[in-house]
Amino acid sequence: MSILDLFRDYTLRNVALGAMVLGIVSGILGCFAVLRRQGLLGDALSHAALPGIAIAYLLTGSKAPIVLLLGAGIAGWVGTLVINRIVRDTRISEDSALGIVLSVFFGVGILLLTYIAKRNDANQAGLDRFLFGQAATLVATDVLTMSILGGLALGCLVLLYKEFKLLAFDPAFAASLGFPPNRLGILLTSLIVVAIVIGLQTVGVVLMAAMLVGPAVAARQWTHRLSVMLVLSGVFGASAGIAGTMLSLGQQHVPTGPMIILSLTAIVTISLLFAPARGLVWAKIRQNHSLNNEPRNREIQPAKGE
Amino acid sequence: MSSTFAIILTGILVAAACASLGCFLILRRMAMLADAISHAILPGLVAGYFIAQGPSLLAGFFGAALAGLITVGLVELLKNTQRVGGESAIGIVFPAMFALGTFLVSKYYADVHLDADAVLYGNIEFVGFDHWYLGETDLGPQSLWIMGCLCLINLIFISVFYKELKLATFDAGLAATLGFSPILIHYGLMAVVSITTVGAFTAVGAILVVALMIVPAATAYLLTDRLPWMIGLAIAAGAIAAVAGFGLAFMLNGSVAGAIATVTGVEFGLALLFSSKQGLVARAQRLARQRIQFAADTLLVHLLQHEGSPDAAHESTIDHLQSELQWNNKFAQRVLDLAQRRSLVRCQGQQLELTTSGRERSQQVLQLGRG
Repeated sequence: MSILDLFRDYTLRNVALGAMVLGIVSGILGCFAVLRRQGLLGDALSHAALPGIAIAYLLTGSKAPIVLLLGAGIAGWVGTLVINRIVRDTRISEDSALGIVLSVFFGVGILLLTYIAKRNDANQAGLDRFLFGQAATLVATDVLTMSILGGLALGCLVLLYKEFKLLAFDPAFAASLGFPPNRLGILLTSLIVVAIVIGLQTVGVVLMAAMLVGPAVAARQWTHRLSVMLVLSGVFGASAGIAGTMLSLGQQHVPTGPMIILSLTAIVTISLLFAPARGLVWAKIRQNHSLNNEPRNREIQPAKGE
Repeated sequence: MSSTFAIILTGILVAAACASLGCFLILRRMAMLADAISHAILPGLVAGYFIAQGPSLLAGFFGAALAGLITVGLVELLKNTQRVGGESAIGIVFPAMFALGTFLVSKYYADVHLDADAVLYGNIEFVGFDHWYLGETDLGPQSLWIMGCLCLINLIFISVFYKELKLATFDAGLAATLGFSPILIHYGLMAVVSITTVGAFTAVGAILVVALMIVPAATAYLLTDRLPWMIGLAIAAGAIAAVAGFGLAFMLNGSVAGAIATVTGVEFGLALLFSSKQGLVARAQRLARQRIQFAADTLLVHLLQHEGSPDAAHESTIDHLQSELQWNNKFAQRVLDLAQRRSLVRCQGQQLELTTSGRERSQQVLQLGRG
């Protein structure tokens, strides 16, 4: 199957476009999470979004993606605030706070989903597709919704680019200039929640972590400039999305989400090994080279002046 | 043995096995590594299934434990390249492993009972059905045996290596100097975490394992400063959650694993609010008290500065304080109450004056301010 075929067929086009939009948005926003050493925040928040889906359904009885995703977004955002509060006001480390929010929110989500499933309510079928994502069910309106949400998040990022850059590299300096680091941090995290909401339908809660971390880590290996890293990360995310779609749709029984993640893992591995300046292969070669050129058994000379 | 009792007992054993290890994970800031392991063992389970040509407890166990250790190893490897932060390394490795597992399951085993839902939230509801038989004798539910053994292994591990674990957790540098290898302890702990995860996993699923490892231990961490107490409290919190969670699930007719995780969250929330040292309520009270205390000191210094000067009469009226120090009525009253209760200040109608001990205190404050 060629890329052209992918865009000629209606279903395939939606899946590929959806995966691509997700790749771009999560790739770009993920850069800030990775630079701020919050790579696992996405993992925690995507799990935290699950009860939001169940509660939105319980309250409205609607299965419209926009309603469910709004619920997911709100729950993810509440998760952000809880993590922030625990880290700021107790001695519990950020890592543990992430784990607590992740597992408790997800547990509540599972409890509610199973409660809904056993109410003998035929309408509920399919709520659990958010667990693993079902890219194959994406339709044109879903892709449109994803694009609009993603566009808004990226627009926000462009407007506050300078502030976020400062926050990522030197939060103390940002604070001294009068920017509120805590509020900016919450805003940035809220944008990440938007990326997660976009990803729930495509790759599901469990694999969403990789969509935020993977492209950014790969892009980081190729450049030292934030602007270049953001663009590259978006490109890597989109490529993984399209590659995963192509790999999965050609054959039976192969889900799209995991194939996107495996494509992404390949991109990360190649970047870590072969990126021009930071590639591990070159580092190894340089190391061997300098070892070979070094005169052996050289006697240790006493330092001069002693 | 009734099925309900078996479920609750399994829940308690899982809680005890997980929560005791969780204390060390919390203290060593490795909570998310447990999450990573719990997801990453999926391909190991599949590999075990493949090698044994069917569901085999032992093969699955080894495969999964191996996958857990590979995950930890890969995370360390990535971290040590200095190219990736620790948390990003986790964020790359475990989704890759989980994706690989999901891919293998859906590609080759789409028709067998190894679906990913069961992996995520388990089926503790069915522990009563899977009995072990020795010849003709019924030995009872299989999960009960597995979790009992794991619980025992963990308690033995912790009590035998208690000193080493404690040292490596609180002062890795000292542990290394004294000749205990922190790396060995790290991998030992990870091995125990891996096998506990695998064992608990079939009963309660990946997410509950994480919930029971992290949340009760974090709850205990808010309540005490002593490690033995922390371990005991964590086990107790986990066991209570197991029992209450079963009740909640019964009421809502929902997933037991989800309900237990929910109750651990409620416990944590209560500790977060009401713990006597770390709780948010106690903290807010402490802050409010410190604010009044500080304001009272400000008042004393203010009075001392103007004492004996011509404008003393004007400067030391209660009304003047409110405009000069920008205190509102209520706050000023609380500050005055405190100062009078400690007999630092005397009130003569509208006039305030320092007592002897008040003068001493304000001089002390000034000294402290000058360092």
